[in-house]
Amino acid sequence: MSALLLEGLRKSFGRNQVLRGVDLEVEEHEVVCLIGASGSGKSTLLRCVNLIEPIDAGRIVVGGEEVTRRGIDVNRVRRRIGIVFQAFNLFPHMSVLRNVTLAPQAVLGRSRAEAEARARELLGRFGLADKTSDYPDRLSGGQQQRVAIVRALAMDPELMLLDEVTSALDPELVAEVLELIRELAAGGMTMVIATHEMAFARDIADRVCFLDGGVILEQGPPDAIFTAPREPRTQQFLERIVAAGRM
Amino acid sequence: MPTTLELMLRALVVLVALVLAPAALAANCPTVSKGTLTVGTDNPAYPPWFGGNPPPGSPWKVSDPRSGEGYESAVAYAVASQLGFKSTQVVWKYVPFNKAFAPGPKPFDFDVNQISYTPARAKVVSFSNSYYDVNQAVVVLKGTKIASVRNVKGLRSFKLGAQLGTTSYLYIKDTIKPSHQPAVYPQNAAAIQALKNKQIDGLVVDLPTAFYITSAQVQNAKVLGQFPTTPGGEHFGMVFAKGNPLVGCVNRALARLKANGQLAGIRQQWLAKATGAPVLK
Amino acid sequence: MASEGDRRAGPEVAARSSKVLGLGAGGPRGVAIAVASTVVFFALLVVAVTHAPGWPEVHRAFFSWAQFRTTLPEISRAFLLNVKIFCIAEALILVVALLLAVIRSLPGPVFFPLRALAIAYADFFRGVPTILVIVLLGFGAPGLGLKSVPTSTTFWGIVALVLVYTAYVSEVYRAGIESVHPSQEAAARSLGLTRWQATRYVVLPQAVRRVIPPLLNDFIGLQKDTALVSTLGAIEALNQAQIDVNASFNFTPYLAAALLFVAITIPLARFTDWLVLRDRRKRQAGGVR
Repeated sequence: MSALLLEGLRKSFGRNQVLRGVDLEVEEHEVVCLIGASGSGKSTLLRCVNLIEPIDAGRIVVGGEEVTRRGIDVNRVRRRIGIVFQAFNLFPHMSVLRNVTLAPQAVLGRSRAEAEARARELLGRFGLADKTSDYPDRLSGGQQQRVAIVRALAMDPELMLLDEVTSALDPELVAEVLELIRELAAGGMTMVIATHEMAFARDIADRVCFLDGGVILEQGPPDAIFTAPREPRTQQFLERIVAAGRM
Repeated sequence: MPTTLELMLRALVVLVALVLAPAALAANCPTVSKGTLTVGTDNPAYPPWFGGNPPPGSPWKVSDPRSGEGYESAVAYAVASQLGFKSTQVVWKYVPFNKAFAPGPKPFDFDVNQISYTPARAKVVSFSNSYYDVNQAVVVLKGTKIASVRNVKGLRSFKLGAQLGTTSYLYIKDTIKPSHQPAVYPQNAAAIQALKNKQIDGLVVDLPTAFYITSAQVQNAKVLGQFPTTPGGEHFGMVFAKGNPLVGCVNRALARLKANGQLAGIRQQWLAKATGAPVLK
Repeated sequence: MASEGDRRAGPEVAARSSKVLGLGAGGPRGVAIAVASTVVFFALLVVAVTHAPGWPEVHRAFFSWAQFRTTLPEISRAFLLNVKIFCIAEALILVVALLLAVIRSLPGPVFFPLRALAIAYADFFRGVPTILVIVLLGFGAPGLGLKSVPTSTTFWGIVALVLVYTAYVSEVYRAGIESVHPSQEAAARSLGLTRWQATRYVVLPQAVRRVIPPLLNDFIGLQKDTALVSTLGAIEALNQAQIDVNASFNFTPYLAAALLFVAITIPLARFTDWLVLRDRRKRQAGGVR
């Protein structure tokens, strides 16, 4: 049983067909990186998996359960999947600690003591122990994004989706976030990561998928994709990346 | 022995004097607008103080002051006549109660609107002598608990109401002294509605108004009784700008109307029904 | 001992208090000019007024110290009714208006009737003059003669004010709710929170904080509108003032009543200004760094 299975995913916004039949299978503990140009549908794909966007056609199966069938409890599905966005979206009226403990308490029914203990543990593990009582506006971008990831982790998800989580950060803050993600991967978390950070993708991914024209045009181990892409469009994309000095 | 001629001359002199007297009065009695007597009152003008139906398109509601009907209208025209004004020379002006005593020049010669004389008020405006000695009365709904009260003490436990600007509220506060805070309404209509709604148990108003309310405005109401005349009495006076010399003229006119029985006649005509209520002590 | 931070804080605090008082930034010289020009302006105004021909009479009629002194105590006592009405009404309004605003933002066609009702309610009660609502309810409802309907004027005064102000305040809340970026709700939902949980824990707390200043503005308006309950006969401050005015034919009691209303609203208005400043500083401090 795969951690995540996408079959024939289609999604349009108005007349704009963003996803035109995406097929993807992600095994447990696998780290899959999605690469592709802006507007290629990486974000949309992840949002569809988390049921934020309703799909037009296809199936999504999470851990053996088809989540796109009728009458599915959307909230229950979302508990099993953690998603982190580019704009961290921390809750500004709550402290860091409360940001992390809100969902475990309200959704998983954990006690306050239990939720706070787990939150402190996670925050401590990722170097945020001294920030627990601060408010988000006091944190740097990198710190906020790390808190956002911890917030998603606190729900003990089976699967983590990371949507361009470093794209809004100043370069010097990117490293700390990537480090955190590296640790998660090393710990065996199943992850689908949409990213522009090619060096990072090359380093961390078990598999790289190139999204183009609304489908996964090419996928394979990072070495294969980055050094010897088969498709011409993949080559063009990678050449542009190199030219921009991003790899 | 006076000759016929002399007698006729004397008669002529008396006649002329009688005719000219009002005119002579007019010479020393300045009005706001020359040749016109401007009288102010509030709108709506209620019976029994004012009568007659306002013609369509008239700004006056309920009654028409220009009709000469109703006690205050009749008195005003009688006073005007004494001052030498024909009824066509009397002009009525709508004066909301507040404006009767607002500072600055008054747009009327006098205001007649069931305004009671009080020493405090007399410091701000000039009052004529009394044109009506008034008793307060209380109106209740038939068949309610308050309707069986026979004295002032019995009224104390009920919620009473009065209209703003009348001395009725002062009467409630100083003489009846109820245990409930009374209610004071800006308009007659509001006070009456409150009585109908049983939001107040009794409405304190002057006796003639009480009779009008029970006969025309609230069907199942009755005049429970009137209150005894307070020492010194309460009376209505016409309101003038402070120091207006016209007051003296009007007082002389009123004196003549009392002397020749005209005032009593007007009272008989318009306020006859406003008698016969038991006195609550 | 004063630290670097304290020394820097001094002028900052002065600048902030200048802003709260409306003096603007300008330092001590600016304050001196502001004070001087104020004094000159008001001196000229006073001279112009006291030399008007009708001044002595107006002075006696509106500014009689003797009248003020004798009527202020009983008008103050009557003012307690205004305060009582205002406290009860405001507590109800804050809750009911929030409910209405949440109803208004419920999505989906199944909730359309509720949303439509909420819109109609807000439109109607914002359109009708408050005094009409008070009079119609205050005399009309008890007039129905139903046993279970209370006749108390305080009751209906409060009901009428709640109906009218809930309409305004619900719109204020709605603006607040809509000003919270949808990504906040999205983030909450993506953690598995239900729609209601996201609204309750994430959206509403932010929405309400943002609209505290306009809420307080409506609050102040409500304080003044409690005077309208005088039309129902209740002896609150305005009515008591009117009674005194009519008894003595002197208008000074109105001034006394006015001062009481102002006395309560001035501190509240300054408090609102301070909250706006504080909120602005807090928001500017946030955001991506």
